[in-house]
Amino acid sequence: MITVNHYMLLSAILFTIGTFGVLTRKNAIVLFMCIEVMLNSVNLTFIALSRHVGNMDGQIFVFFVMTVAAAEAAVGLALMIAFYRNKDSIDVDDFNMLKW
Amino acid sequence: MEAILFYLTATVAIISALFVIKCRNPVNSALNLITTFLCLAVFYIMLEAPFMAAIQIMVYAGAIMVLIVFVIMLLNLGLAVKSRYSHGLAGGGFLAALTLLVTVYFIKFGEATGTGGEITSEVISSYGHTELIGRAMFVDFLLPFEIASILLLVAIIGAVILSKREV
Amino acid sequence: MYSNLWLIPFFPLIGSIFNGLFGKKIKNEAVIGSIATGMVFLSFLVAAQNFFKLLGDTEKVHELVMASWITVGKFQLNWEFLLDPLSAVMILVVTGVGTLIHLYSIGYMHGEEGYYRFFCYMNLFAFAMLMLVLGGNALVMFIGWEGVGLCSYLLIGYYYEKKSASTAANKAFIVNRIGDFGFLCGLLTLFWALAEKGVWTLNFVKIAESGHLLESGGLLITVVTLCFFLGATGKSAQIPLFTWLPDAMEGPTPVSALIHAATMVTAGVYMIGRMNGLFAMAPATMMTIAIVGGLTAFFAATIGLAQNDIKRVLAYSTVSQLGYMFLAMGVGAFSAGIFHLMTHAFFKACLFLGSGSVIHGLHHAYHHAHLHDDPQDMRNMGGLRKKMPITFITFLVSTIAISGIPFFSGFFSKDEILWWSFGSTRGHWLLWVLGAAAAGMTAFYMFRLVFMTFFGEQKTDARAKDHIPESPFTITIPLMVLGFFALIGGYIGVPKILGGANRFDAFLAPVFEHAQHANEIHAHGTHATEYTLMAVSVAIATVGIFTAWVMYIRNPELPGKFVARFEGAHRVIFNKWYIDELYENVFVIPCKRIGTFLWRGFDVKVVDGVVNGCAWVVKGVGAGLRYTQSGYLYNYAMAMVVGVVVIVGFFIF
Repeated sequence: MITVNHYMLLSAILFTIGTFGVLTRKNAIVLFMCIEVMLNSVNLTFIALSRHVGNMDGQIFVFFVMTVAAAEAAVGLALMIAFYRNKDSIDVDDFNMLKW
Repeated sequence: MEAILFYLTATVAIISALFVIKCRNPVNSALNLITTFLCLAVFYIMLEAPFMAAIQIMVYAGAIMVLIVFVIMLLNLGLAVKSRYSHGLAGGGFLAALTLLVTVYFIKFGEATGTGGEITSEVISSYGHTELIGRAMFVDFLLPFEIASILLLVAIIGAVILSKREV
Repeated sequence: MYSNLWLIPFFPLIGSIFNGLFGKKIKNEAVIGSIATGMVFLSFLVAAQNFFKLLGDTEKVHELVMASWITVGKFQLNWEFLLDPLSAVMILVVTGVGTLIHLYSIGYMHGEEGYYRFFCYMNLFAFAMLMLVLGGNALVMFIGWEGVGLCSYLLIGYYYEKKSASTAANKAFIVNRIGDFGFLCGLLTLFWALAEKGVWTLNFVKIAESGHLLESGGLLITVVTLCFFLGATGKSAQIPLFTWLPDAMEGPTPVSALIHAATMVTAGVYMIGRMNGLFAMAPATMMTIAIVGGLTAFFAATIGLAQNDIKRVLAYSTVSQLGYMFLAMGVGAFSAGIFHLMTHAFFKACLFLGSGSVIHGLHHAYHHAHLHDDPQDMRNMGGLRKKMPITFITFLVSTIAISGIPFFSGFFSKDEILWWSFGSTRGHWLLWVLGAAAAGMTAFYMFRLVFMTFFGEQKTDARAKDHIPESPFTITIPLMVLGFFALIGGYIGVPKILGGANRFDAFLAPVFEHAQHANEIHAHGTHATEYTLMAVSVAIATVGIFTAWVMYIRNPELPGKFVARFEGAHRVIFNKWYIDELYENVFVIPCKRIGTFLWRGFDVKVVDGVVNGCAWVVKGVGAGLRYTQSGYLYNYAMAMVVGVVVIVGFFIF
């Protein structure tokens, strides 16, 4: 029998993988994809729990997460293009102009 | 049967997610990410949420991934030249482990309250998942829905402005 | 009804805003001047209409609420106007004299730099003054009160490049501020005292109605009225705060005429009249007011005896006449005080404008001859009556009026004050002596001024003396109008004893009668006494005039001998009793010392120390912490994840 906890555990593993990727990869696009993995793991949690408690709200929330992810993809990728134009790189280690 | 399907799909999802962060070539990462998304769509179907599975495939695997691959191609990135990983590897690993620990602990000892809501399997099969989603979205969540559309509009404008050469 | 009352202050405000915004662009003096004058004239017309309507009305007190201002609990404060006989007289005086002086200024200020600025300020002043007199509650009045102080400051400092002018402006403003402090203290104490009795109001009508709730003659009401009186001494230049008014003569002459003779300085008198009910209940305050008024009348007159600057003589004369008005208020002769306020507005405005005309002519002549003599020094004048006939005649009429010669306006008002100060239940014969002595000196120094300026030999520099013109019509017309009123203005208040009906008194009676009856204030005495006093005061004035004639016409060398004989006394008077020096040493220098100490000792070391210390600490911490800002994305991301883990962990464990 597959319980909600199985889904939660899977979601936790995917989230951790995503976190690790965000913290360690240097390529901005890969980093971006890692964020998508994290978002999806959360979506999975939402839907699993939505079924578990018998309420539609969680799934609606997933819908909005997807909306935000789409917006984020559009803006984030545009930012990367703009950055690539200036720096000829999308390595996050080159994104260091904020420091003192 | 259900358990076999779950474990199989879960294994594929985890392995492909690991490949996402491991591959040298961003295009490979993107393809592995698509695999992960498809696995999640399978889970959604198992969770009796076919509409979510459909938009998971359409929006994520379709639209967003196309956009990402498009950008990768546009920038002509090739392989990561120096090293794939930044020097925060140890810290990242530690924190990822810590995150896992916290969440697992949460799953083990946490308790979902408010269970036994009205949306049961019978309700879903009698009305259909899409109709339930639609009703919730256009009755209870109409305002957030409209706000989301504004957000998308803003994102479109923002993307155009950002990628223009001269404003 | 009286619903167009708000137009009266509104017109000058519009004029002021217009000239302030567009005057610089317009540049055309005729346009600027006629707009400013026209606006005041329009409000004069509205004021006159309301005045005559009130005259025929049986109901004498009208309130017009424009809008709600503050509503807190039981306390309701409105933008409201109050029209009663007192404010009706005041608006007529302010707008009437104001119109004439605006007209005069068109000619007088011709060619001055900042012409538009002058008219902008003048209109603003008219607005503030009308708010002061029309205000239906003490806070609206206070707006006007502060507004006229501000305009006074701006206009005294009109020639702001001149050091003495800007200093005089500061002095006027600061001294007034002491008075304003008193006014506010009185206002708040009164508000508190009435609120204690359950009446939450600042409205004048309500204050008058509920004044009886306070203990008559009690400590509270005495404190309140004394605070208000302090405010009045500041604005109306009474002892101890009179020093600013003579210095205020640094402003252009029309300003001196409008603000520092006819209107603003009478605000204190008006305010006491407005709150007569409260003042009448505090005999101690009334006595203080009478004594201060009498002493001011006397001392200012003595100073006026020896001044040589034509405007300064008039300034001290103004202080002295204001002293009379306070004397009247102090002995309970409220309507006599307001009557003197009105007649004084006519003849003193005329005198100032006349002196302005003289200065204007001399200035012109000196300019023509390329000389730099002082056009305000009377020792350079003399014999001007032939050069400036209109100025001379109007000036002479006003001088006779101020001296208290029978059948001129000043006689009626001054005599009524003197009679009350002797015969009132709140009066005393010593007050009468002070007033009568001041009247004699007034007659002397005013005729001294006339003789030195218009009679005798012409002492102007020979190169300039043939170029002194009579002033243009814009200057002489206001002079003639004001001179005419200085002549006949008194006939509206001819006392009963001289066969008149004292209509002025009857008109104002609704405002003052109640307080006078309730507190048993009335003048008593036989007709014989009244006639005697009148005769004595006329005799004293005549003696003053005769002395002036002897000293400045018949024996012009006599003043020199006199000064040589009483050198010490002359020096004290000439130097204004050294009051300025006294204040300088007692108040100003210690204040500066304390200020310097607070600056060097407290501000620089403690306050700046704390502030700079904060900055140094922040700077040091920042210098240390900036190494945490690596600029690398993964550092920030890691910090964020640490934060999330800690927060989630905190909730779980």
